[in-house]
Formats: sequence, structure tokens, C-alpha cells
Amino acid sequence: MSQSYRINNEGLLNRNKEISFKFNGTKYTGYEGDTLASALLANGIHLVGRSFKYHRPRGFFGAGVEEPNAKLQILLNGHSEPNVNATEFELVEGIEATSQNCWPSVKFDLGAINNYLSKFFPAGFYYKTFKWPKSFWYKVYEPFIRKIAGFGIASLEKDKERYEHKYEYCDLLVTGSGPAGLSSAYAAAKNGAKVILVEDKPRFGGSLLTDDVTIDNLSGKAWTDKIITQLKEMPNVIVRNRSQVFGYYDHNMTVMIERTGDHLKDKPKYVPRQRLWYIRAKEVILSTGSIERPIVFGNNDTPGVFLSAAAKEYIKVYGVLVGKKPLIFTNNDSGYETALEFKKHGIDPIILDTREEHTSELIDSAKNQNIKIKFSYAVIAANGYKKVNSAQIGRLNKDKTSFVNSETIECDCICVSGFWTPTVHLASQSGNKLKFDDKIDAFVPDKSKQNETSIGASKGTFTLQDTLDEGFKKGFDLSKKITSNNNSISTPSSNEIKKSLHDKFWCSPLPKNKNFKRFVDFQNDVSVSDIEVALREGYRSIEHVKRYTTLGMATDQGRTSNLNGLQLVANVEKKIVPQVGHTTFRPPFTPITIGTIVGREVDMEYMPTRKTPMHSWHEKNNAVFVDAGAWKRPRYYKQGNENLFEASKREAKNVREHVGICDVTTLGKIDIKGPDAAEFLNRVYTNGWSKLSIGKARYGVMLREDGIVMDDGTTTRISENHYHMTTTTAQAANVLSHLEYYLQIVWPELKVNVLSTTEQWAGAALAGPKSRDLLAKLFPNLDVSNEALPFMGYTEGNLFGIKAKIFRISFSGELAYEINVESNYGLFMWEKIMEIGKEFNIQPYGTEALSFLRIEMGHVAGPELDGRTIPYDVSLEGLVSNKKDFVGKRSLQKEAFNKLDRQKLVGLVPTDKKTNIPEGSHLVMDKNAKLPNPKLGHVSSSCWSVENNNPFSLAIVKDGKNMIGKKLFAVSPLKDFAVEVEVISSHYVDQEGKRVRS
Amino acid sequence: MLYIKCPFCGYRSQKEFAYGGDGTIKRPELNQEISDEKWNEFVYLRKSPNGKHIELWHHVAGCRQWFKVQRDTVTHEIFQTTKMNEEIK
Ligand SMILES: [Zn+2]
Repeated sequence: MSQSYRINNEGLLNRNKEISFKFNGTKYTGYEGDTLASALLANGIHLVGRSFKYHRPRGFFGAGVEEPNAKLQILLNGHSEPNVNATEFELVEGIEATSQNCWPSVKFDLGAINNYLSKFFPAGFYYKTFKWPKSFWYKVYEPFIRKIAGFGIASLEKDKERYEHKYEYCDLLVTGSGPAGLSSAYAAAKNGAKVILVEDKPRFGGSLLTDDVTIDNLSGKAWTDKIITQLKEMPNVIVRNRSQVFGYYDHNMTVMIERTGDHLKDKPKYVPRQRLWYIRAKEVILSTGSIERPIVFGNNDTPGVFLSAAAKEYIKVYGVLVGKKPLIFTNNDSGYETALEFKKHGIDPIILDTREEHTSELIDSAKNQNIKIKFSYAVIAANGYKKVNSAQIGRLNKDKTSFVNSETIECDCICVSGFWTPTVHLASQSGNKLKFDDKIDAFVPDKSKQNETSIGASKGTFTLQDTLDEGFKKGFDLSKKITSNNNSISTPSSNEIKKSLHDKFWCSPLPKNKNFKRFVDFQNDVSVSDIEVALREGYRSIEHVKRYTTLGMATDQGRTSNLNGLQLVANVEKKIVPQVGHTTFRPPFTPITIGTIVGREVDMEYMPTRKTPMHSWHEKNNAVFVDAGAWKRPRYYKQGNENLFEASKREAKNVREHVGICDVTTLGKIDIKGPDAAEFLNRVYTNGWSKLSIGKARYGVMLREDGIVMDDGTTTRISENHYHMTTTTAQAANVLSHLEYYLQIVWPELKVNVLSTTEQWAGAALAGPKSRDLLAKLFPNLDVSNEALPFMGYTEGNLFGIKAKIFRISFSGELAYEINVESNYGLFMWEKIMEIGKEFNIQPYGTEALSFLRIEMGHVAGPELDGRTIPYDVSLEGLVSNKKDFVGKRSLQKEAFNKLDRQKLVGLVPTDKKTNIPEGSHLVMDKNAKLPNPKLGHVSSSCWSVENNNPFSLAIVKDGKNMIGKKLFAVSPLKDFAVEVEVISSHYVDQEGKRVRS
Repeated sequence: MLYIKCPFCGYRSQKEFAYGGDGTIKRPELNQEISDEKWNEFVYLRKSPNGKHIELWHHVAGCRQWFKVQRDTVTHEIFQTTKMNEEIK
């Protein structure tokens, strides 16, 4: 039965190219231009999946983005993707598609038992049942729900595809290439506007491809081709198919997905799979068309039930019959168009029209073709389990609330039309509050909040000539507004068959004693009775009804279910639809792959990596790196089988005994220049700067206005009006913004400029008792004696022909220097120091050893300056000037900041002198106290004291200074860990600070 | 994503800017007596208006200038952007 539902001489496919593919393990063929759905239907395959909750058999229902059922798992080139919409997925040679929502198979699904137990699965079932006891969640409920309710399987493999992002700007973005979009884009482009016209589907034209119309005496398709060809040739126009605008954000920014590679079997190497466009348009025209809505009836989810427009599209675009004994069920003239298409191909449809007998051009046309029409008739229920095999139909009574008779007629498909719903998603996303239009029983856009205009079917204009008029006018008006050009073109004339009024009938009543399931939302399995239950249980707001029943919450966003759901709520509540309101439309309009959202920001490109000029040396010398913001810093240099702890101990010890070198390039550096620079420093630092002489550095502390310590670092006076500030690696960007804030906003009268020079200087710290000897060898012509270059001194030198800045500053507490050279000479400097330092036993040390050294010296850093501490808390009170005002000073008078028992910085050693104290541990008096155990403070930094050969920590403890000498416990209740510690001074080594001055 | 006109660089995407809070707050003068109440008001208290709001933005990934923006906090409409030494009209 190969493609036995395919008809000849119809459709827009390339019949010369056959494509083979697999569905649930069986091989089939289709043609180039098919979707997966049209190819399966051509082969008579209707059953594609099982429903979400009741596991009822489900088939294709639509022909495009509106499809609620046909979500398949697709395997192509080894890449598996779930939830692919078969009605949108273009057929590619060799793909393998499988049904998702069934276990073990689509034909025999164990979950289908739910269908028979459906009275136990009412609305809110999951909320009500899988609730208690708590312990059941992990082991029983969750695995059960996952297995039964799975929506496809996400691949565990890394996505090897390429995705890209693109930014574009234009005067006018037109979304949708039906008659409205084509005409407005054409008029605007002819008037000189920069236009982007995008079409979601592979083919341009929208309804013009399937409707029996002419424009300028051309068929819809021929006119489309003519306009598209012209637009593509214009330099001011970008035309894209397979491109869907899925989000409308602030300031007229829209986001679009372009499916650049999904339809290609052998994609050239650098063609991405999908591309995300950020389009900033001055004006947006929403020509997104409309979607046919179904009429609700019994078992309306049986495979073989279609939207009537979808059935027409399968014939006109794909040359596929969705059935050979069609029953058309309609409340308007659209169903007749589908019937006439069947008839053209020798098929005899039967039309059930819910309206009373009347005439219209289309009805007459159907009658002339001898199509059987039953007026005032409706489908009561579809018969058949895995496929429609007949329908129970009946004549409606006068007010259409019951049936006066019932009969069964044979059919193999039911094509249903309940009139048209404008696609208003993007308008709603843009902030447009929708209004209800009684004439079409649907919501349409109201006042624009942004520069968007809906035209054509998306605003409820359903006739071709009106649509063309609107399109040409709006395209011209908007382009004129933007470009001030005045070249208008006349609207072409068109022909289409006039239609009669639709009927408001939307749901077939249940006959007495019958309990057919009537589905409103197919994808989430929400039936009429589910919504009735929710209302009976007291849910009133449509947003609550939506969440309780899951109506419209699936990936199809209720495209075919929203209005019928609202209609039902309105009926039960005895309201009208606009009183019920609608739920919120949110981006994305259709599901978007994560890969597209991420784009090229994967692996190395996930974020920028900052490397110091000495990075290659570190790599060669077995550095193990740690991330410090975007920077990579050597954490330690591994020798042999050393671990982090062993290596750091060795490196720190070498600093204390000989000399070490550390890459300090990552410290923030800010150049401060201007006659008011000293005054500025006085205002942003807590300590005084007026007396700092040229060639001297000073340690400074910076506060936020709320008194909390923001950052610390040294600033050196290079010359009269030139200072060099350093910040911590982490705060470099914040400090610069902070300084700019005060200079530009608070004190613009100060003549000072600041500039980041972090990238311009490479820095190396030399620390240890041998550092001066080494420095003397590096700068043989420079006097580096303690007298000539004392602690906190600064000088400039010549390092083998390179200008170097030499700062005598220390973070390690040892005699130490920092040498800065221009970044390009960083590696040269480093290698020279290593070479000459050999005789002094120089070793590089990483951030971990650096921490060991500063912790045992009691120097505070990030873990102590954690955004909660003021200078008094962390032993920095000596740096708080009482002679001048500065940023944050007033806050230090706050009562809470001056309480005597405030938490203060102290040191801790374990009483056993062995056990490491984990950072973050809580400090308590009694480790066995009843919970909640009063917390006295926390451990902020821990190290191995290489000086004293035992663990040492810094901690911030309530009334810390008075706790010295006491014993506490450092505990981590989650890890069931406790160690007894003794509180001591935070200055564990060299209390007098002799070494730095030696 | 907002589209913000930097008074120095022109229109740029929001990605290039950092938000800086209420643009009408004046820092109290240095070296002046100020009550706890007034100081706390300056440090902590901010209005959260529903509608027009004058605020600071910083062109961090551009010219690094701070400037003023008048924006509607509900619709995000931007009425005006000015340099710091200019008044929002
Ligand atoms: Zn700028």
C-alpha cells in the first residue's frame, strides 16, 4: 500500500525525488516537499501517538503549527530530538521517527487502561492523588508519572550541531507571507522602506496556496511567486522562509528562529542548524493569519478527525487524501471548500452543516456538484478506536441543545470546521490588550502598546479584497511615516467566492444516557467534563481553571482549544466569553530548541577567558588553574603526585624560607590623574591621603554608603597628580563604576579622571626573605636597600631594557615586592625572574599558597569582606579617619555597628592541632546543645599554618576580642562534623609586622 | 530588551548598560551634620513608582558615562535620556 492516498497532478511537491524514511521501525517513502505528516498520511498512517493522560490513540489533526497530537521523536544523523511537530517537520532522507507517548508500543499501550479508569482521572487528578505520603514521591509516584506521561526523551549526548545568533535592524518587519503580509511588505518596499518579510513555512503564500482565488487574474500561488521574486530582487528587502517570529519584547525587539539546516540532508559545514535573529524594527506588521477551530463532539480525538482546512491543505499542497469517505462537519462555508476539493478528485464527501438550510455561492456550488448536504445536522460521536470507521450523527433540535434523531453513517475521516481564530499571540505579547469580536466569536487586537499593527486574518479580516486593501494601505502608510517617501502603488483586484454567515455552534450536546468523551484540549487531554469539574469545585478565574485542568498549557499553547474552553466556561458560568477573559500569551509561540537559544555560547565560547601574559609559562609548569571571575589563575603548581594541599604547603613554606613568585596580573589597576586626585582619594577611602608623598604607597579601605567594606587595596602616588590604584581581582569592575559614579554624578567639580589599566600591566609578586637579594640582581643599577626603598615605597627601574614599576608592598606578610611591566613583556619578566631567582631557590606559588600566607598573617580578603562587615569587624578600625568625611562614614555611627558584642575577626586553632577546620563551619559553645544551637559566628578562611605547622583559621565571632582564650566548637551539622577550637588572635605569625619592614 | 539612547553614543541595546537606580537622589554634602533619619532616607529609602521614573544608567560596555533616563516602569517606554548636567524636561 505504498502511498495509496496520494493523488496525481496535485500539490507542490517534487515528484521526481522520492525520499525514504522510517516510522516506528517500518520503512516508507514520500516526496521532496512533504512534511513527515503528509508523507505518513500518503501511506495511510493515521495513528501516531497516545494521548498524554488517558493514552487514547491519536492521529494527525492539523497541517501546521496548530497540530496538537503529532509530536514525534526524530533520529537524524545520530542526533535524537523529542517533541518534533510532524506537521511542520520537512521530510529528510533517512530519518527515523518514533511515537513518544506510549509504552511499550503505539498499537499496544499499557497506559490505555487509564482510558477505562478515566473516572479516577478527573481534573486536578495529579494534585489530588500523588500527594501523600511524602516518602512516596521519590520511589513510587514520580517514576510512575514519568514513565506513563513521558513526552519524548531528551538526548543525553552532547548536541554537535551549530547554532548561531544574528542581529538585524529594519524599518518594517512583516511576520507572515499570506495575502496581508505580501501586500504590505510589497507596498512598503516599493516606497523605499527597509523591509524584512518572514514566513514560518517553507513555502510563501499562506492561504493563497490553498484558497480558490485570483489576484490580478493570477492564481494565488502565481501571484505569490511574482511578488516574492520581485521582493527578493530589491536591495532594501530581506525575505526569509522557514523563519518564525516567536517572541515580541520591549521596544519593538522581536526574536525569530530561522530553520536553516533542518531540511537539508547534507548540510554544508558552516551552515548552522538553526539561527536566532534579534530584530529591532521601527514598525512591525503582524500578518500571522488565523487558525481554524474545531467543533467539539463525542470521541472527537479519534484518529481520522481533522480540521477541514488541514484536509484541504493536504490535498492542495501535498496531493494527499486524508480519507476516501470524508464526512465534513461545519458551522460555516469553509467546510464546503474542503468538500469541493475532495470532489475534484473523484471523492464523494457528505457535508453536515449545523446551520439551517440557506444558500450561498459556495453552498450552491456544492449542490451543483451533487455533494450531499445535511443542514441542521451535527456529529454526535466518532466511532472507531484506532481510526474513524463511522460516525453517529443527528439532526439538531431548534435551539441546538439536543438531537431529534440519530443515525450511523460510514466514513473514514471527519473534517471539522468551527470557524476561524485570529492568531493574536504576538500582538498580545507586545502588550496589546485584546478585545472580543462578536462577529467572529474570537479575540482580536485592540490598541497597540508598541509599534505593531495587525492586518488581515490576524485581526479578523477574512475576505481577500479587504485584506489586500489593508495590506497595501498599511504597508504604504507605515513606510511613509518612516521614510517620508510618497510612492504608493494601487491595490490589485481579486476574485473569491463570497461566504455566508457562520453559526455560533461549537459543541455537540450529549444524547441522553451517553457519556462520550468530548475533548477541548487534545494535547493535554482536557475534556468538557474536566472543565465542568473544575468549575464545580469552585475555580472561577480562567487562569486558575487553566492551571487546575492544564487546559491550553501544552506546547501547542491551546491554539485549537482556547476559545472552545472559554466558550464552555462562559456557558457554565452563564457569562459571555469577554467576561471570562483569556489567559496570557507568552513567548515562545512554538517550542524552540535550547541549542538555538544558547547559540555559539558553548564550550570555550561560553564566556570570555582572561589569561595573563604568563599563562603559557604556568601551563608548561603544571599549573592547576582556578577561575577568578573570567580570569584563569594558577591555584598551585603540581610536582609529581602532589595534591592541592601538599603543593600549597610546599609553595608557602618556600616563600617563608626563601623566595616565591606569584602572578598578580589579575589585580584590578586604575590610573587616577588630575589636580584633585588626592582629595578624591580622601573622599572614597576611609583613611587619609593628603600627606602621601610621591613615590609612596598606602593601603586603603573603601566603603559603600551603608558602611559595609566594599574593597581594599594599595594606591601609590606616582607623581604630583598621578596615582596608581589596585583593587581586588573580584571587585575591579565594581570599583571602577563606583569611582565613575562619584566623579560624574556626585562631585563633577573635581578635576580627576580614572581609567582602567588592568590589561595594560603584567604583575609579579616576589615574596620571601630572599626577595631583596633577588631584586638587587634584577636591577643591578638600582639601590634597593631598606633605606632607599622602604616598606610601602615605590620606584621605577630598568629590567634588562624594559621599564618596570617596583612597589614594595606585601600581602604575604613577608619582605615582598611587586613588579609591573607592560603586558607584552610579562612573560619576559617572569622568565628572567625565574632564571635569576634560581640561586635563591625561587618557586612559583599559586592562589592557594597565597591564601595560606595571608590567613596566618591575619590579613583579610574576600571571605572576610563578604558584604556584611564594617571596618571595626575585621580589625581595620585603625584605617578609619576621624579627621575627614568619606563615603559611608556617616553609616558607621549606626547603633548596630557600635554594639560591643558585634562579630569580630579572630583566629582559631584546633585544640588537637591536627584537624582541619572546614571553611563555613558554624561556631557554637556546645556541640551537643539542643537545636537550634545558638550560633556565635562562622569560620571564614582556613589554612595550614606553615609557620606553626598546624591548621589555622580566621573566623568572625560575636564579641570576638573577649572570646580570645576560650574554647568553642566548629560544627557542620549537615556533615555531622565537629572539632574543638581555641580562639586566639587573628595575627598568628609575626604580630609586630617586622618582616615586611626588614 | 530595552533600546536606550546614550546621550554620547546614540541608541544601543540594553546589554551594554548597567542600571543605577533612582536618578533624583542627591548625596548629602560631605562634612555636614545630618540626622539619622535623613541619612537612612538617603541610603535605604527609594520610591517604587508605578509610571514615570527618572533613573541612572551607566554605559559600561561603551563610553562609561553615567546618564539620566526617564522611563515608564510599567510599559518601559523611555521618554528622554540626558547627560548628568542636563535636566529632564
Ligand atoms: Zn555611551
